[in-house]
Amino acid sequence: MAEFIDLVLLAMLAITALRIIFLKDLFAVVMLFGIYSFLSALIFVSLDAVDVAFTEASVGAGISTVLMLGTLALTGRTEKENQHSSLLPLVVVVVTGAALIYGTLDMPPFGAADNPIHEHVAPRYIEESPKEVGLPNMVTSVLASYRGFDTMGETVVVFSAAIGVLSLLGVRRRKENESAESGLMEHRVLHVIAKLVIPMIILFALYVQFHGDFGPGGGFQAGVIAAAAFILYSLVFGLPRAFAVVSPTVLRYLAAFGVLLYAGVGVVSMLKGGHFLDYNVLAANPISGQHYGIIIIELGVGITVFAVMLSIFYAFGSQAERSDIK
Amino acid sequence: MNHVLDYYNYWIVVFLMMSGFYIVISANNLVKKIVGLNIFQTSVFMLYISMGKVSGGTAPIVVEGVTQYSNPLPHVLILTAIVVGVATTAVGLSLIVRIKRAYGTVEENEFENKDDAI
Repeated sequence: MAEFIDLVLLAMLAITALRIIFLKDLFAVVMLFGIYSFLSALIFVSLDAVDVAFTEASVGAGISTVLMLGTLALTGRTEKENQHSSLLPLVVVVVTGAALIYGTLDMPPFGAADNPIHEHVAPRYIEESPKEVGLPNMVTSVLASYRGFDTMGETVVVFSAAIGVLSLLGVRRRKENESAESGLMEHRVLHVIAKLVIPMIILFALYVQFHGDFGPGGGFQAGVIAAAAFILYSLVFGLPRAFAVVSPTVLRYLAAFGVLLYAGVGVVSMLKGGHFLDYNVLAANPISGQHYGIIIIELGVGITVFAVMLSIFYAFGSQAERSDIK
Repeated sequence: MNHVLDYYNYWIVVFLMMSGFYIVISANNLVKKIVGLNIFQTSVFMLYISMGKVSGGTAPIVVEGVTQYSNPLPHVLILTAIVVGVATTAVGLSLIVRIKRAYGTVEENEFENKDDAI
């Protein structure tokens, strides 16, 4: 049964990708891309990667789609007819694809428990991490503790992406006509529903943040979900009011604060006589040390991701608003 | 049939990867190129997660009485890659916005000969 679901979902994914190639209406392309992300999230669930599915659903289908729509608002929604012949790209793709298919025949069969990938570090993570780190969710243990350096690097990459976007676009505040017609002022139903839903989204984000040690979730997902709540707010009520709630300047400090919090845990563990990001020394008992360490660095990740996603949205949103697109 | 099931995931991955690649090299519109890149990227995620799956295993969260778990390591790598992916996509999109501002178009063939516009 599981194989059958897998088969159908993957086929739907392939059809969606095929449709995207031929569509000229970019709005439809972006919407299909959202569907594509949701389908991939479903496939990740059926392949046991619940944490990944969570991230893909909130990032791929949520944030990416919003950002692409924001870009379309500035660049126009139809792709012009292509004068180039599409023969050469087709040949290149078919040849590369054939080579890759030939390569897959050397892969170990899908799902076999004795595949090489399952024989090196993975057994250690699966057998030892519940004892060494004391968390039921192995993905969180590996992410935050065993591969803490890696995750810190990734948080820094996310932070630098925000620097990149802000220096390319910047957040423009409008000074006059503060009441601006941005947002969906006419739509009362949207207002009421948004007011009901936003607190629940934020509550859910907090749950995901702090329950990530035990179930699927963690800082990356929680940050994106919390950002989605504020993005919804600014879409419905307009950017000026969103700026009043969380100003772009505060977000800049928050983004840096998250990274510093993460690195700070490393510095504290060094001062306590351990290695950088060695949580065992943070408390008398190594297991509670691991708990403290993981909760704090996940919080740092969550804060940075939240602040970065929201500032990026602000940057795009304020561009689109300025150009008065109806 | 069994042979097909063994490799079905990988073949779909290759198909998606090539669709993304085709969009990147054939599309003129930069936003569509970014969508193509994202499809390419998701196919790589799919490849990693497919490799991590163990038949009969369950999600890598400890449960009483379960001994077979799927491999948690690819999940960790891909989870962070997704978030980094959206961050870099955002940088790409903001470059497109700047290109639109400088050249007035985001169709590749329309601005490629206008190097001195800036």
